[in-house]
Amino acid sequence: MNIHEYQAAEILAKHGIPVNPGRVASTPEEARDIAAEFGGVVVVKAQVHTGGRGKAGGVKVVKNADEAYEAASNILGMDIKGHTVNKVLIAKGAEIQKEVYVSAVMNRPARKIMIMASAEGGVEIEKVAEENPDAIVTRDADPFAGLHPYQAKEVAFDLKLEPSMVNGFAAIAEKLYNVFMEEDATLVEINPFIINGEGTWQALDSKMSFDDNALYRHPETEKLRDLAEENETELEAKASGISFVKLDGTIGCIVNGAGLSMATLDAVQLAGGEPANFLDVGGGANEEQVTTAFNLVLADPNVKAILINIFGGITRGDVVARGIVAALNNVDVKVPLVVRLSGTNAEEGKALLSEHGITAGDSMDEAAAQVVAAAQA
Amino acid sequence: MSILVNENTRLLVQGITGREGSFHTQQMLEYGTNVVAGVTPGKAGQEVHGVPVFNTVQEAVAATGANASVIYVPAKFSIDAIYEAVDNGIELVVCITEGVPVNDMVAAYHHVKTKGARLIGPNCPGVTTPGKGKIGIMPGFIHAPGKVGVVSRSGTLTYEVVDALTKAGLGQSTVVGIGGDPIIGTSFLDVLELFQNDPETEAIVMIGEIGGDDEEVAARFIKEHVTKPMAGFIAGRTAPPGKRMGHAGAIISGGSGTAAGKIAALEAAGVAVADRMSEIPDLLKAKFTA
Repeated sequence: MNIHEYQAAEILAKHGIPVNPGRVASTPEEARDIAAEFGGVVVVKAQVHTGGRGKAGGVKVVKNADEAYEAASNILGMDIKGHTVNKVLIAKGAEIQKEVYVSAVMNRPARKIMIMASAEGGVEIEKVAEENPDAIVTRDADPFAGLHPYQAKEVAFDLKLEPSMVNGFAAIAEKLYNVFMEEDATLVEINPFIINGEGTWQALDSKMSFDDNALYRHPETEKLRDLAEENETELEAKASGISFVKLDGTIGCIVNGAGLSMATLDAVQLAGGEPANFLDVGGGANEEQVTTAFNLVLADPNVKAILINIFGGITRGDVVARGIVAALNNVDVKVPLVVRLSGTNAEEGKALLSEHGITAGDSMDEAAAQVVAAAQA
Repeated sequence: MSILVNENTRLLVQGITGREGSFHTQQMLEYGTNVVAGVTPGKAGQEVHGVPVFNTVQEAVAATGANASVIYVPAKFSIDAIYEAVDNGIELVVCITEGVPVNDMVAAYHHVKTKGARLIGPNCPGVTTPGKGKIGIMPGFIHAPGKVGVVSRSGTLTYEVVDALTKAGLGQSTVVGIGGDPIIGTSFLDVLELFQNDPETEAIVMIGEIGGDDEEVAARFIKEHVTKPMAGFIAGRTAPPGKRMGHAGAIISGGSGTAAGKIAALEAAGVAVADRMSEIPDLLKAKFTA
């Protein structure tokens, strides 16, 4: 789960990390009032769950409250990579003496949490990794004891910070690790992390993502969810225990298992089609789950045909077939339907489906070819 | 002797009185697995399908000599169940549960290593050695005894490929589902090493997917150490960056973890990578005779 910059800044501040003052506005009037209160230069920043805001014109530095009003008028309602801007952050202008990048993130190959930093503040870390990987400094936290203070200092020295800046940086890097663990984050990023006009460290822009599996113990984080930023169908699916990801194609897919779902999308593309979604109904594939799955898939007007791909393991094929037949009584499916049923009791399942006028095949490749042909017909 | 599950396996089921635990205990018993004990705190003295239930792993191990465990407890209790198993001397822990908080897995992963135990999963279907026994939730009857070792990050894709192998006359030595989470106890590399050293395994099938770099790490190992013929498949060619595809670990981030990168790495290591799952048996048959 992702949150907005202004929300991440609030969490960092709560953990004692100094952040640049800022307040969020939903209207140009609010933006003007906040800017007037701060006085002087402010930055008006679009609050959306995507990068590249600056390039899209979603970040404007302005000199006074009236300009803040104007900038907010332009930015609010703007579309940035498919995300509509509903809020802007009005941040106090800051003098930058020095800027770096710092984050806490999973080092997956090492199975550890690491502090990652770069002397190139304000640049996307992916870009630094590509163009100047030697500029990136990392230290893996001890899996049992956490990030040792000496490790935080090593990062600071490797960044070639001036000796007077090292202790301040290291203290905040340690806090960053603690935020990551305490909040069950998957990413805590400060970019840029600056030395301001007063000569102290400050987070100018920050980003946080959270582990969905740990949200049960963070009800306060769940409240930060911005429903406008999430795909409605994906949220609806989640409530039913279904994994759903919206894609851009025309072939709706209903599959059991995450791996098989991915492989099914691949098969559809190899057959010359484009999948409209990823959908894992889970192990059950009963009437209720299949009904919900049909509704989720059909909510997308681009869907021209549906492929159901089920491998019967512990769940038997005949039980799945009954679920499909029953679901078809609940939902009016007007697009062509192709079913592939394999594994346990697949023959019984197929016989049951054919009694209801549905032909089911055995091969995933053939089913993919059929559904692509049906969508193009 | 087969890897992971064999004649010496004495299995303990953590969460045996739950719906999943009870159902799969019966399935494992029917498949011939030696299930010696179950644990559910507060339910000692009961029996589930004839298997005695204990309050703690400590009591269960003392009474039955259990040396392997399988975890069916809910996600919020799974980490504790892993610690309880390895701290009481269990050598092989298979965690089926999906939804374990990933930051908790960091310390648990390293704890298991320091204890010298092996963890498979979490979020995995388990291990099956056809004809001998199974730990987990795989449907036993799709398997056939044979010489092909199978290792996979996904449950249903494991079943899919095992079914295809069996129908093509290629039986399996052992089938290992390592799990779909970002941090899992046993990686591809670990299982490949076991298969390479296992005299009963003569060829290997590896099913990977997007996210992380375990497939790339495995490819480097294959190039240097695996002499047995291999075929593979990588799921998620069509997956968009930044989206989790069902599995918590299946996500392309910052341009890394793509299917294309993994396929290229495996092909460079000499693995025959299939475009379609259905091609795997033929790719394997071209390389070895069962």
